Amino acid sequence: MKIEEIVEKLTIKANINLREDVKKILKEALRKEKNKRVKRILEVIMENARIALKKNIAICQDTGLPLVFLEVGKDINLNSSLIEKINKGVISGYKKAGFRKSTIDKHGKLSYTPKIFHIDFVNAKGLKITIFPKGFGSEAKSALKVFPPTVKKEEIDEFIIKTVKNADIDACPPYFIGIGIGGDSSFALILAKKALCEDLSKPNKDKELDKWEKNLMRKLNKLGIGIMEKKGSTVLAVRIKRFPTHIAGIPVGVNISCHALRSATVKINF
Amino acid sequence: MVIRLKTPLLKKDLVKLKVKDEVYLSGIIYTMRDRSSQLLVELIKKKKSLPLDLKNQVIYYCGPNFKGKMLGACGPTTSRRMDIYLEELLKKGLSASIGKGERSFFVRDLCRKYKSVYFLTYGGCGAYLRERIKKYKLIAFPHLGSEAIYEFEVEDFPLIVGIDTEGNSIRG
Repeated sequence: MKIEEIVEKLTIKANINLREDVKKILKEALRKEKNKRVKRILEVIMENARIALKKNIAICQDTGLPLVFLEVGKDINLNSSLIEKINKGVISGYKKAGFRKSTIDKHGKLSYTPKIFHIDFVNAKGLKITIFPKGFGSEAKSALKVFPPTVKKEEIDEFIIKTVKNADIDACPPYFIGIGIGGDSSFALILAKKALCEDLSKPNKDKELDKWEKNLMRKLNKLGIGIMEKKGSTVLAVRIKRFPTHIAGIPVGVNISCHALRSATVKINF
Repeated sequence: MVIRLKTPLLKKDLVKLKVKDEVYLSGIIYTMRDRSSQLLVELIKKKKSLPLDLKNQVIYYCGPNFKGKMLGACGPTTSRRMDIYLEELLKKGLSASIGKGERSFFVRDLCRKYKSVYFLTYGGCGAYLRERIKKYKLIAFPHLGSEAIYEFEVEDFPLIVGIDTEGNSIRG
């Protein structure tokens, strides 16, 4: 199969097939929930995913900005023609599946993608492609703060809590919270998105971060934001990713995802 | 208990609704988003004729997907962005709006003043909500793509009263 076709399929999958880990987490939340009205909302969310898959339509009309993450192995010859092929695949996926043109330029011209790629070179073979359609109801609630290097964890928590509190119910809760700590300011926000692409049904491999995530989630769910009315858990998972940074600061990026957290990954070996 | 209502929505029906009430709405609703709201309000301000009569009507903050001629996902978008356009539409007799999320505080005052209701529906559930839409028709601004105004014929469209005609909000 040509790379354009692989990416086309992957793009459609990302938008109509809710991730297995997300489904698992939602199912578990439904099992634990006691409030009838909240239960009903969670049931509708799961029913929505079933209908989308069955009828081959998008989970959400906001099929987002289709962001592309690449992990490029040492045997891959990455150049602009490969990027062009991948972008073509994304566009043809959106066209074929009837997804919305959500990208607009300064002249008001609508299109499918602004062609945003985040590229890492890895010490492995093959090419890993992740399509991450990011809806803007939740993207609008992103936040960044660069802390001094001696900051206490509690102060970082406060900033994250303030960010989620500010999102209130506008970003389609229950939420998945991605947090990037380190790099430079823009890198921290990309890390936060990468965090959301991980399998969130599994605990963080880093024990310390796992503990921090669980503690944060408890704090966030004490905010009492709810889902529609002020009932039910607002946050279903928190994932933190760290990266080395400058000795003079700690950038912290927060990226919120709605309950319809969508992404799909494929590994291609040439 | 779910309250069943049919459009057009009259003030006498709206004043009976209270925050958190569950409603199944049938009839006609009109989609609207940032750019279509902006264009419509520009027409109102220039005293030009409008592509739709808003009297007793309901607008739905939504930018749908289409697969060919078939309607795709069509859930609500964040209502707050359209708050600045609401009063002009209420002056033209608009009954209610549907969307997701909390609205600016002044929308509570507007709901009280114009006896209007803000309904919430299930955010991020565009595939589910599509099942409740029987027909659609393009009404205005086709150049805006998904932001054009569409008429949806809905049946038992699930809503929850977010702000009632007394200005009470589900968010307290």
